[in-house]
This record gives sequence, structure tokens and C-alpha cells, in this order.
Amino acid sequence: MIEVQHLTKRYGRVTAVDDVSFRVEPGEILGFLGPNGAGKTTTMRILTGYMPATEGRATVAGYDVFTHPIEAKRRTGYLPETPPLYPDMTVREYLDFVARIKGVPAGERKSRVDAVMKRTHVDDMAARACGKLSKGYRQRVGLAQAIIHNPEVLILDEPTAGLDPKQIIETRDLIRSLAGSHTIVLSTHILPEVSQTCQRVVIINKGRVVAVDTPDNLTARLRGAETLYVQVDAGGADAGAALAGLAGVTRVAPADMRSGSGAFEVQSEHGRDIRREISREIVTRGWGLLELRPMRISLEEVFLQVTTEELPQPPPGGEPVLSEGAARAEGEAPRA
Amino acid sequence: MRNIIAIADRELRAYFSSPIAYIIIGFFLLPFGVFFYLYLAAFVRQGLQQAQFGGAMNINQNVIRYVLQNASVIILFIMPMITMRTYSEEKRSGTIELLLTSPLTDVEIILGKFFGALGLYIAMLSVTLPYMGILFYYGNPEWRPLVAAYLGLLLMGGAFVSLGLLISSTTNNQIVAGIVSFVVFLLLWIVGWFADSAGPTIGPITSWLSITEHFDDFSKGIIDTKHVLYYLSLITFGLFLTAKSVDTERWRG
Repeated sequence: MIEVQHLTKRYGRVTAVDDVSFRVEPGEILGFLGPNGAGKTTTMRILTGYMPATEGRATVAGYDVFTHPIEAKRRTGYLPETPPLYPDMTVREYLDFVARIKGVPAGERKSRVDAVMKRTHVDDMAARACGKLSKGYRQRVGLAQAIIHNPEVLILDEPTAGLDPKQIIETRDLIRSLAGSHTIVLSTHILPEVSQTCQRVVIINKGRVVAVDTPDNLTARLRGAETLYVQVDAGGADAGAALAGLAGVTRVAPADMRSGSGAFEVQSEHGRDIRREISREIVTRGWGLLELRPMRISLEEVFLQVTTEELPQPPPGGEPVLSEGAARAEGEAPRA
Repeated sequence: MRNIIAIADRELRAYFSSPIAYIIIGFFLLPFGVFFYLYLAAFVRQGLQQAQFGGAMNINQNVIRYVLQNASVIILFIMPMITMRTYSEEKRSGTIELLLTSPLTDVEIILGKFFGALGLYIAMLSVTLPYMGILFYYGNPEWRPLVAAYLGLLLMGGAFVSLGLLISSTTNNQIVAGIVSFVVFLLLWIVGWFADSAGPTIGPITSWLSITEHFDDFSKGIIDTKHVLYYLSLITFGLFLTAKSVDTERWRG
């Protein structure tokens, strides 16, 4: 649905986007992740036809955004970083104007405006001037204008910025409900948002794509050494020393500041699953094994790792184990 | 065409839903009314004197012409207020992103803005028609020279709007756009003053450049294609450069 090939954008000497390529399949939600100034907004502006690229190609819904901009724009809804509202117009007037310039036929305009106002929960503010809206409402009116012409592709630049937690959940639900019938690219710097809404993530840093994968695979891939969380009821014995003595264990550290809780972080050699050895050791010693689980590496850590250094290639043999761990970690998300 | 109307409609609404339109029209009407009164009073006084000698005076040449000539100067001062926000405000508030990512061509956006601003200008001019109505009610001026004069005002206004649009498209600060427009319009007016002193080669050029000088014949009721062409080419020139400016801005980001 969206295809970006070797996109480069230079402002004078500054390269904002450097040889970026990715694809978005129909109905997919793609997360665009990166620190400020990484080139997210620039890439999105190129995709929406706001500015041309210096080099490379971008196709939206089968239309090249440089050679067939009108066709591509007709099929694209865009929410810029700041919602493009006219302060003097009421919400209804504004949405009606947007519907007009997006080519919604005059007969359908009123019903479309009503439908999107209901969908984005701004219908109670229909007669309010856009300039007098709160940040949350502005953002939602911005989202309403992006979907008013029922575009195939939605490009959302930080759609949840400035919203309160309840509105964030509502907006995410709305975005998720739009997927399937729409192809969505959204940028954000709120990391849990990516794991909650997006099927795939593109991490971009200094204008370059540093990683493209599912959120789960990314967290799994970046787990350098395996870390396990182990809690043992050793009855006063030194469980730490016993764990450290196991083959394959590289480091043992108390997981809890309180001494005597019996909780440890056990690091093993890369790609080696030592959960069986640990449980066997504890059982043979007659201790109680209270908890044993892989430590979840958060997307925050992934993000920091990826944007500060090159992404390490996954070891060929270790992949299945890592994926298993990732699936498990995902299941435990609320606890972590 | 549909898109041009949509943009022009929004522009015009924006003027009238804020105080801008009313302030502009008010500022225009105040000096206009003063000039109208002064010239009409002078005309009545002279008319009485002339009548004693059996001569007749022409209301077109002695009132309407001078009032509208002065109006053209007021318009010059007021036009920057109409055009200064057209592009710069959209750039500052980010709404330009909506326009540039909608299925519209640059030409449609520019023409929409042009006709929106021209719409306000026409509204402003139409408020002066009751004054002319008074002349028709109590006197018998000729309507054809009057139509010619208003056509001239319309063309001159179009030229100001297109230049103002160009200046507004180069900045995201509407105060800057307003001041630069004002200075440029002022220069285009006073450049005509050098016509007499500049000598036989430069003189005609400076008088030809003057935007208000070309209105002179219109105010007398003469439609000269030379002047029509001048204004139309100035409008086209301004709009063309605006298109280039918008395009350049897009490449620079």
C-alpha cells in the first residue's frame, strides 16, 4: 500500500532523511519510532506530498507521490504534528471545508462530517470555534479531518501527543478500529504505544532506518545475554552462590534491595537456556522455587540501544529460544 | 474551479468572522466620506459661481474623478492589511500543511486566495456605491464613465492583491508581510512623481511603472487597453511569482 524506496531528503548540507526504504502492507499499522529530529516528520511530509524528496521514490496506494500527487493525496489522510485548524471556524465549518477540498461530493458532505464527529467524539463541540478548543479536542478534530474523505492511507504524526490518559486510550482504540480498512503509519515517541497499537515498527535515527520488525521480535532480538528472574525460598542458605556455581551462568545479582528476599537476576551465556538446570539444582537442594521467568527487556531499552549503536545481528541458532521468551514476556506485560 | 471557490469562500469567511473585514472597510469609508464631502461641497460652491456666468460644470469630471483618484491612494494604504495574512498566517499556524497535502494544485490554492482577498476588496468598493447613488439622486452624472472608473479600481485592486499575495508567500510573519507590502505599494505610487523631473528618457518609464498613474485615465472614464493590459500583466506576474515562491518554499521545506 505504501512503498518507500531509497528516500533521501537534504536541506542544504543537512541530511534529514538518508536512504530510507520500507513497505507497509494494506491494512497494517506501522509505527515510526525515533528520537526528536530523526527524520520522522520529514518522511511523513514526503509521503503526504507536502514536500518533495531529494532522491528516491515513494508510492502511496499505487500512485507515485511525485508524479501523481493529486491521485495520491486523494487517497491519503494526514494529521500533522500540530493539527491544522483555522481558529475562526467552528468545528463543523472546518470539517465541512476540509471535506470540500478533499473532494467529498456535496451530497455526502453533511453525513460524512456527522459521522467523523461522532467517531472522534467531537460532536459535542460542533459549534465551538476551533481556536477555543482544548488540546485534546484539537487533536481529535485533527484526526477527524484526516479520516473525513475515508482515505485508504492514514499518516498520523504523533496522534496522541498532548492527550490525557483516557483520551490516549480512546485514540488508540480508534486507530486500531481504523486498521484493516485503512493502512496506517503513525509516528510517536511514546514507546508503549508502539507495542500496543502497531504490528510493525520502523526505528529511525539520524535519518537512517536502524531496525524494521515487529515489536516482539525487536525486544527479543536485542536481548544480548539471557537474563532470568529467579526467586528461591532457600531457608536461609546462600542460594546466590549455588546459582553462580551452575554451568553457563555468567553473573548473579540480587534482584531486590531487601536482603533475604531470595530474588536474583541470573545472566547466562548468550543463546543458552539454563532454566532446566536452575530448577533441577533448586529442587535437588530441597529449596522452594517460587518464581522463574525471563526478564523482559522493554522497548525503551531497545530504543536506547538501537539509537545509540548499531543493531547487532541475531545469532542464527538462538532465534527460536528468543522468540519463545519474547512471547512469554509479552504475556506478562502488565506485571513488568 | 470547485476547489478555487472552496478556498475563496473560506478566505472570505475568515475576513468576516474576525474584525479584520469591518476594520478595513471602516478605515476605508472614513477618509472616503471626507473626500466625498470636500469635493462635493467645493463643486456646489463653484457651481453656484459658474451659474452666474452661464457656464455648466461636469459632476463626473469635478467630483467623481477626484474622489476616486483619492480613493486609489487610500486603497494603496489599506491593501497590505487585506493581503498580509493570506499566506503568512497559514504558514505560521501550520494550516498550509492541510492545503498542500489536499488534492489541490498550487494554482487552485493561489487563485482561491486571490479571489478571496479580491472579494473583500469588492465588498469594500461596493460600500461606496450609495455615495454615487446620492449623486444620481440629486444630479445627473453619466453612468458610463463611472463604470469605467470602477473597472479601473477593480483592476488596480487586483494588481495590489497579487503583489501582496506574493509578498505574503515569502514570510511566515504577517507583520513583516504587511510592512513590506506597504513599502512596495508606496514606492509604486511615488515612483510616478519623478516623471516630471527625471528627464525625457527615464520620465516615461517611471510614470509607466506607477501603479496609480494608470488609474488616471479610468478615473476620467476612459478605458484604454494599454492600462487594462498593464494591470492584467501585473496581476499575472504577481500570481506567477507567487506560484514560484510557493514551489521554492516546498523544496526548501
